[in-house]
Amino acid sequence: MNQDDSGTRKIRVAAMTRVEGEGGLDVRVTDGRIEHVRLQIFEPPRFFEAFLRGRPLEEVPDITARICGICPVAYQMSSVHALEAALGVEISPEIRRLRRLLYCGEWIESHALHVHMLNLPDFLGYPGALEMARDFPEHVERALRLKKLGNDMLECLGGRAIHPINVAVGGFYRAPRRSELSEFIPGFIAGLQLAEEATRFVATLDFPDFHQAYETVALVHPDEYAMCEGRIESSDGLSIASDDFGTHFVERQVEHSTAMQAVRRETGEPYLLGPLARINHSRDRLSPAAKRLADEIGWETPCLNPFRAIVARSLELVHAFEEALDILKNYTPPQPPRIAYGYRAAAGSSATEAPRGLLYHRYQVDESGKVTQAEIVPPTSQNQTQIERDLRDYLPRVITLPDPEVAEACEKLVRCYDPCISCSTHFLKVRVGRS
Amino acid sequence: MSAQPRLAVFKFASCDGCQLSLLSLEDELLQLAARVDVVHFLEATSRIEPGPYDVALVEGSITTADDEQRIQQVRRDSKFLVTLGACATAGGIQALKNWSGSEAFVNAVYARPDYIRTLETSTAIADHVAVDFELRGCPINKYQLLEVLQSLLAGRRPRTPTHCVCVECKRRGTVCVTVAQGIACLGPVTQAGCGALCPAYDRGCYGCYGPSEQPNLVPLTDHLRAGGMKAEAIATALRSFNAYAPAFRQESDRLAAEVAERESTP
Repeated sequence: MNQDDSGTRKIRVAAMTRVEGEGGLDVRVTDGRIEHVRLQIFEPPRFFEAFLRGRPLEEVPDITARICGICPVAYQMSSVHALEAALGVEISPEIRRLRRLLYCGEWIESHALHVHMLNLPDFLGYPGALEMARDFPEHVERALRLKKLGNDMLECLGGRAIHPINVAVGGFYRAPRRSELSEFIPGFIAGLQLAEEATRFVATLDFPDFHQAYETVALVHPDEYAMCEGRIESSDGLSIASDDFGTHFVERQVEHSTAMQAVRRETGEPYLLGPLARINHSRDRLSPAAKRLADEIGWETPCLNPFRAIVARSLELVHAFEEALDILKNYTPPQPPRIAYGYRAAAGSSATEAPRGLLYHRYQVDESGKVTQAEIVPPTSQNQTQIERDLRDYLPRVITLPDPEVAEACEKLVRCYDPCISCSTHFLKVRVGRS
Repeated sequence: MSAQPRLAVFKFASCDGCQLSLLSLEDELLQLAARVDVVHFLEATSRIEPGPYDVALVEGSITTADDEQRIQQVRRDSKFLVTLGACATAGGIQALKNWSGSEAFVNAVYARPDYIRTLETSTAIADHVAVDFELRGCPINKYQLLEVLQSLLAGRRPRTPTHCVCVECKRRGTVCVTVAQGIACLGPVTQAGCGALCPAYDRGCYGCYGPSEQPNLVPLTDHLRAGGMKAEAIATALRSFNAYAPAFRQESDRLAAEVAERESTP
């Protein structure tokens, strides 16, 4: 045990693993009392909001995609919707459906990666998916098949899976032909079945009995499982248009992190985003197969156990396959693929549901089509405050263990959030210190 | 190289996309994993072993004093060091700060700039240590990464094409978007590797694979100007994901200087 003369115990995880981007955790315990829990993000800052200024607005979806290689589509979706709001562009229902299909591709790719390759090794006791593959090849092979289906869709519709090139303000540069998309139907039917099997399996894992009094926040749409549009709703009764995000949520900066941390403006309290929040708010709007499966596995709503997020993510995977199939079967290419627009000096904002939770963008543009101001609030920087709160509440259960085991337990909890550190700095190492 | 070469993946300032390409090799990943020992890959496994490594894959650019030191250690630990992507090979999109100074950028993004420690510049890995092979692109092409790894496993030097995107358009049978549709395209000066994606989707290449070998930039920018594109807009287009790659940097500086001179002349 790393304990100094004054009796302070310091537990540290220098570099968290199986998270996207890099950061650590620093826990300090004096006389059995938890002094602080800090999620340290030392991912170098990249200053996206600064260099977007002065760029042509057409470049924004291409540039903001580069914030994150795992969820580039989320950045593209929030940015184009925000810019369209600024320019007064109304997209057609066909473009809207094609965007949902693209987002389904990213949810599939991202969720399959996290559920089966980053998070599942914690439950089965392996350092990673490659090591897990030696004993459980079937899980890893299934993961890769699911992930590939998502990536193939991104490649067809977006040109490539990482940093797609086909997303434009107003729509798409080129709409795929019917035949290009109909080819995906048999694979996605098989994918839906695999995703259902995978969900039944993860529902049987052992979860710590740990529940938090979360204020959950998610985008909610009256008719569908919200992805690109809807009102921002919280479990404490907030219901606002995405334009009012800044009135109710605020980012603050802390010394130990290059990522901002967000809290509710009214209370200064953290809140929870992501798949648990989304299902809690929109269970009734899951696709029929996902809804039936939630009932079959006895999924409780609301679910406030962060460890169960793996099941929520798996249900969303089922949803994404079924919704994608629906779009694929009824596809007609949008004409035109891209709605024309003119420039005007205005501001616009949008929130969409990235795989990790609500992603808010706001832009101000001028009459020559240049960006004059950009604000980006990624899901992980919003969840970060809640992650620290959860660790503080979870630590008393594990604090009597030796340091390495405390560190490992903390890392497992953090991983349940699928944190994306690259995103939050536009985050993670675990350090635990005891006195 | 031993029977099971030790593979390590390191990340500096970047988006994680290039190292994700390794996990995106869904059909090849498990076979590949059987032939190499993945001993350091934070994004994929909690197994963390110290060097030496046979092959190090390095993603990201150098933007902090700590990272300046860390890359030296990675180099000392690694026999063959491969840089992945525009951040590692050219400084990435974050190299845009090299023109305006870090301070202005920190102040624009962070309310407490005093909490942020960062260098004035974002630079390529090769500006700090010797690099054995550079794989271009934002993001890299996963099949090119596979080619690099297979070459190394076979004991030969990896080869990737250094010609421009135009060649890929011809191979793919894409009608030139500049000639047929008058769309501005950086394909003639941009290195191949993406498969000429953008023109196949009815848009111009935006240079995410960086300058091709011996790019002839001035005639291209002259042509774009003749088509009505302003020097300032061309400089902006060259200053994106590979802004600090020498060929793109020099031409964007030349155009920017011209614009500045014109603006200062009454």
